[in-house]
Amino acid sequence: MATDTHTSKLISLLSDAEARDTPVTTPAPPAPPRPAPARRPNGRTSPVPHRDFLEKVTGTLPYADDWSFAGILHGVVVRARVPCARIAGIDVSAARAVPGVRAVLTAADIPHNAISEEASGLGIEQTVQPVLAGERIRYDGEPVACIAAESMVAAVEAAGLVDVEYEDDAGVFTIDEALAEGAPSVHPGGNTYVTYNSSIGDVDAAMARADHIIEETYQTPRVDHAYLEPESGVGWIDSDGVVTLRVSTQVIEHARALAEILELPHSRVRVIAAYMGGGFGGKEDMTVEPYLAALVWKTRRPVRMVWERQDSLLARQKRHPFRMHYRTGVTNDGTIVAQDIKILGDAGAYPLLSSRVLFAGGVNSTGPYKCLDARMQSTAVFTNTVPTSAFRGFGAMQVVFGYESQMDLIAERLGLSREAVRERNFVAQGDIRVTGEPIEMGCGTRECMHRALEELGELSQPVNGGKVGRGFACSMQPYGRSMFFTDRASAWIGLEQDGTMVIRAGVTDLGAGQAASLANIAGEILGVTVDRTSVHIGDSHLTPLTGGTFATRQLYMSGNATVKVATALRDKLAPVAADLLGCEESELEWINNLVGVTGDRARSVTMAELSRTAENRDVMPYCHETFHAQAGEFNPETGQGQTYPDYTHGCHAADVEVDMRTGEVRILKYVAVHDVGRAIDLQRVEGQIQGAAAQGIGYAMSEEMETEGGVLHSNLFANYLIPTSLDLPDLKAIGLEVHLGKGPFGARGIGEPPIGPCGPALASAIHDAIGIRMLRLPMVPERVLAAIRAGRDHSVPGPAKQDA
Amino acid sequence: MTATRGHFISVTINGRPTDFGVSANLSLLELLRNDGGCPEVKLGCGEGVCGTCTVLLDGEPVNACLVFAVQADGCDVTTVRGLAADGELNDLQDMFIEHAGSQCGFCTPGMLLTVTWYLERHPDADREELRRAIAGNLCRCTGYTKILDAVEAYRDLRRGDVDGD
Repeated sequence: MATDTHTSKLISLLSDAEARDTPVTTPAPPAPPRPAPARRPNGRTSPVPHRDFLEKVTGTLPYADDWSFAGILHGVVVRARVPCARIAGIDVSAARAVPGVRAVLTAADIPHNAISEEASGLGIEQTVQPVLAGERIRYDGEPVACIAAESMVAAVEAAGLVDVEYEDDAGVFTIDEALAEGAPSVHPGGNTYVTYNSSIGDVDAAMARADHIIEETYQTPRVDHAYLEPESGVGWIDSDGVVTLRVSTQVIEHARALAEILELPHSRVRVIAAYMGGGFGGKEDMTVEPYLAALVWKTRRPVRMVWERQDSLLARQKRHPFRMHYRTGVTNDGTIVAQDIKILGDAGAYPLLSSRVLFAGGVNSTGPYKCLDARMQSTAVFTNTVPTSAFRGFGAMQVVFGYESQMDLIAERLGLSREAVRERNFVAQGDIRVTGEPIEMGCGTRECMHRALEELGELSQPVNGGKVGRGFACSMQPYGRSMFFTDRASAWIGLEQDGTMVIRAGVTDLGAGQAASLANIAGEILGVTVDRTSVHIGDSHLTPLTGGTFATRQLYMSGNATVKVATALRDKLAPVAADLLGCEESELEWINNLVGVTGDRARSVTMAELSRTAENRDVMPYCHETFHAQAGEFNPETGQGQTYPDYTHGCHAADVEVDMRTGEVRILKYVAVHDVGRAIDLQRVEGQIQGAAAQGIGYAMSEEMETEGGVLHSNLFANYLIPTSLDLPDLKAIGLEVHLGKGPFGARGIGEPPIGPCGPALASAIHDAIGIRMLRLPMVPERVLAAIRAGRDHSVPGPAKQDA
Repeated sequence: MTATRGHFISVTINGRPTDFGVSANLSLLELLRNDGGCPEVKLGCGEGVCGTCTVLLDGEPVNACLVFAVQADGCDVTTVRGLAADGELNDLQDMFIEHAGSQCGFCTPGMLLTVTWYLERHPDADREELRRAIAGNLCRCTGYTKILDAVEAYRDLRRGDVDGD
């Protein structure tokens, strides 16, 4: 070993963990050593694969729809196919008469017909969403009944026989219609669900001092998560009468909401999360759960439910379309002196997580740029369209299109380079945000921008005779939940008598390696290798709860909980090990399933020996710990307070080629750089960056749920276009380690942030190529061609930019 | 199923001949998942767009959701489990692990079969040809870059094996 022993490495890691509340006035703690990568037995350099990889490539991983029971019933949801109506009556007699049908449930059959959660965390008044609509239909695809039958054929036949009598009702289908004078209300109390206001300084005075005011409106689309695994699961009544669901979900804690719907004690509903075939926020709200639970409860039989892709596209919650109005005051040298930002988000017909999404959008709308005279307002508006809720990036990604397009406009107006304007305004640790709080941790946006542009190299050559341009966009997006949620996560670790390790944590695995990363983290501290570790996740009754996998919080939350519990277990076992080895505890080295004496290879005990000895001495080889996130307070009245524990910074840069005849945009090169603080597993970090960039490129270029009068037109995979391999170039992902974050070992969350910069980076590149700025996503060929034909820049007064 | 099982068919799944009684409108995907003991064949869209349910039917890739079970009568079907013996990995699977070509894993079985089929016919395919080859298999997690890294690594291993013979 080098002079720096493994033990002292771990001590330095821990002291870093304890120092996470570093005040902004002190410099960031020194970088802890990187966790040593495990080696594969065959000598290859990549880490030992976690079991989930083996099971995925062999097809043996049991997803939610891969389980069954003898005598299982088939469940379906019956959906209204009108966007707005009053229900005059529902006749289910014909449906119930279909042979093999065991239950047809309507609103009257649901004990407590409300999906209730005070979602904002700030005391916003609840708006009730029924499990099954009984009085009014508020969006196309809203569930009105659910059915369980002995066969899928019988269930589908019965679904067609549910007879709902509708009375026409006036609806509102766009934000403008919803906010118009005298508009019909989606819910009592008007169509404004929630508004947040925050401001610092004196915006009007600052705006008056500005040399230029740049003003523009940007629009982003309603999009679908389009994970490949449909919403699915099975439910049954287990021993002790516990209603048990094994479903594809990001949040096992929904067990409580389900218990309330069934009017059962919380202890009588259990949710098990299978490994997901993708989630991206789309499985953060409940999907099949309430219908499965109700059908299981009613029939006392196991029930299976899988939503068809077309149902999923039609009626499962989407991303909020945003309309963002930016007014930015700048001085002649490009310094931002005032920001005035108004954001409207279409919440659809029910709140779900809209209050949090618009909060995130609002407080992050100034991006990685300092401004001491800033004002923002963000509003969620009800319409008679499919509800919108969580989706990777969660409000904080839509606004990247707003603030980065503004930066480009400023550069253009002032005749400065796009880099120079950003350089002049980048935030730094200690700067004050629009919420009045200082930025606690280091900000690496600048380093990411330089690296991204450097990585692109020389401007690409056209491959198809079009015009080539280069663009880039920076971002700063939060990870971890809003601080007023006083977030926490627990984990349990134990050693078996043969020295293998068991981790229990209620984390759910979206496919991003959430379970595997816990094994890596615990293994780093206790020295147990991944192949000798089992991770039990996602069971609301049997694993310590961690909170769901969303808000890029699991690495921060359950990662830190794992650090805490693994350290506690090591500290508990250290006296036993030191006694066995005849050394001081400080001399111990935990590595490769052995505990040894640092610097003396001959002296070691196996984990098995240590575990058995400890147990014989009544030192039980297991621990449970809870990690508490940094808490804070936010006052929704003043708009001031603490918002997020930390941020991940980044920059994406791209070369595009625009076909002037068709409006098609081809991405020639793409680079995505993020400051990840510390990469726990660089390959998985790259995978997250590439995947988010691909999803962000789809958002920028092709994806849109088109609706007309509340009716959705994009209800097939054939007309909702997510990127294929041909739509994307190789995505170069770079995880820089510039400033430490608050995750384990100084990591920053990376699940969501890389989806933000894609749209503005590509819009910037298109502008660079053809001198036309696209103000609305997605930039489909029709829109680009229309802009080309209009023959002018849509955004900036004065002559259009003539060339790149 | 309560529907009539009016047709008797024989399908060889991963080398094992099996007889089934099926209704005329049953898809090959439903047959494989429900009666065929092949949960590794995944349902993604049911409309022939995503490629998630890709299997090899007499060696050719098909979307199992668009093929009727009766059309598979007398055919060989290969699923991802037919690529290697139980408990073993073939080189393509190993390269998917090595290069993290799988994230959530849901598209992986179909992707592996498409790649297997394509490289058997085009052993020297370059990266751009491989990019075209997998265009019918959607992936929402990886952005395809690491999938192509894995596939190229497999192509090189495979070519090396052939050259070495």
